Amino acid sequence: MERVVIIGAGQGGFQAAASLRQEGFDGEILLIGDEPGHPYQRPPLSKAYLKGGTVQALSLRPDSFFETHKIDLRMGCWVRAIDRANARVEIDGEQIAYDHLIIATGARNLRPQIAGLEHAVGLRTLHDASAIKASLVNGVRVGVIGGGFIGLEFAAVARELGHSVTVAEAAPRLMARAVSEPMSARFAEKHREMGTDILLSDGVAEIDAAGFTLASGRRIDSDLTLLAAGVVPNVELAKLAGLQVDNGIVVDEMLVTSDPVISALGDCAAFPDPVTGRSIRLESVQAATDHARMIAKRIAKGADTPYRAVPWFWSDQADWKLQIAGLAGPTDTAEELADGTVLRFCGSRITAVETINNAKAHMTARKGMASGVPLTRQQFNITPAEVLV
Amino acid sequence: MVSITFIQPDGAAQTVQATLGDSVMQTALNNNIEGIFAECGGAMMCATCHCYIDDKWAEKTGDKSDGEDDMLDCAETEVTDASRLTCQIKVTDALDGLVVRLPSELA
Repeated sequence: MERVVIIGAGQGGFQAAASLRQEGFDGEILLIGDEPGHPYQRPPLSKAYLKGGTVQALSLRPDSFFETHKIDLRMGCWVRAIDRANARVEIDGEQIAYDHLIIATGARNLRPQIAGLEHAVGLRTLHDASAIKASLVNGVRVGVIGGGFIGLEFAAVARELGHSVTVAEAAPRLMARAVSEPMSARFAEKHREMGTDILLSDGVAEIDAAGFTLASGRRIDSDLTLLAAGVVPNVELAKLAGLQVDNGIVVDEMLVTSDPVISALGDCAAFPDPVTGRSIRLESVQAATDHARMIAKRIAKGADTPYRAVPWFWSDQADWKLQIAGLAGPTDTAEELADGTVLRFCGSRITAVETINNAKAHMTARKGMASGVPLTRQQFNITPAEVLV
Repeated sequence: MVSITFIQPDGAAQTVQATLGDSVMQTALNNNIEGIFAECGGAMMCATCHCYIDDKWAEKTGDKSDGEDDMLDCAETEVTDASRLTCQIKVTDALDGLVVRLPSELA
């Protein structure tokens, strides 16, 4: 009987297992996760979970799902090595053969070399979030290093819970990697209105038990210091196995690695952008699940259509839901429409659409991009004369 | 206890017990109801927890959330006036006996 082994039981690994069954794959499926417990969703960890959400609500599926669908779930297990020559993986001294291997190892928090790093907590796993949740009591001073999605989602929750919050970002603006300048500015204003101290262009120089010091010499006193400075992909196993790695495990448009029976997906995979062809790596639920579905279709049914899903992202910060459809390059321009929608352009092509609390514009963009027909300003009901300069 | 009945497109019905405060989506997931995928986990970023709520329950399940119609617009299953996203329906005592119909996959 054919066996698919999936390394990583996060959103992508789980989806691959579930989609394999949905597509009719009737071989064995082994889903291996390094965390204890059961596969769960990470997005709520920096949002609803901290505001009184339960562990149960994070669960991707109940135990019975894995039994019913004959998915052999091995949690709390580390894969020691991938033995490509013999097509098997080693976990806890056991050798497990595979016909197809899916690497869904995700990413881990970036821990840059900063003095006193041990005093800063991270927020990526349920374990991290539970510890943070327990320490958010009685009005603590919260210091957040990094003004990206995670740092800002956490900052918003901490403020809503009544804690005092300072966010320090090394770049001149918030979420610089993900959104346009106008959007960064709007979010900076939003957080400041909430009473959060937003410090820009000031990276952290040193962390200690009572807070941290910024490059400018400015001192931030904090009872809880969160380091949210981005992530690094977990590529070590792949590298060790001799697979091609370059800012992620390199896969082709079919999401196959340099070994034809090994696929990679989600945060750890560097794949060709269907629009530009350049190699990209996305950290999102969308990429993880769309990659997983495509790989499952290929394995179960031999589907041979290249990957071309439209990227989308979201971030909940207080009562604002930021939604991004598409993917803008770092030098793409931005045009803000009267209703607040921001269009990103590469030349005359709309590459991404950024919105706040505007599901209609977001979905218009997603649908339009999926259709393959270039988006136009007119689809967003705005004439150039109405565009804010 | 609040019981909710999920009816598959082929008519197969499953009645399950729901926990107050959960969403209908969570209830479906907890009980392995086929057809509810809930890919975004209830963040209203997809339409993979789409269902139909009959008229007689529409009032009790409440109004649609802001943006729910926009998300439903891109459901890969047939959208009707009865369409809802199960992630946006919270389980309350008033929903005891609720009937949730699931869409057929479009070919």
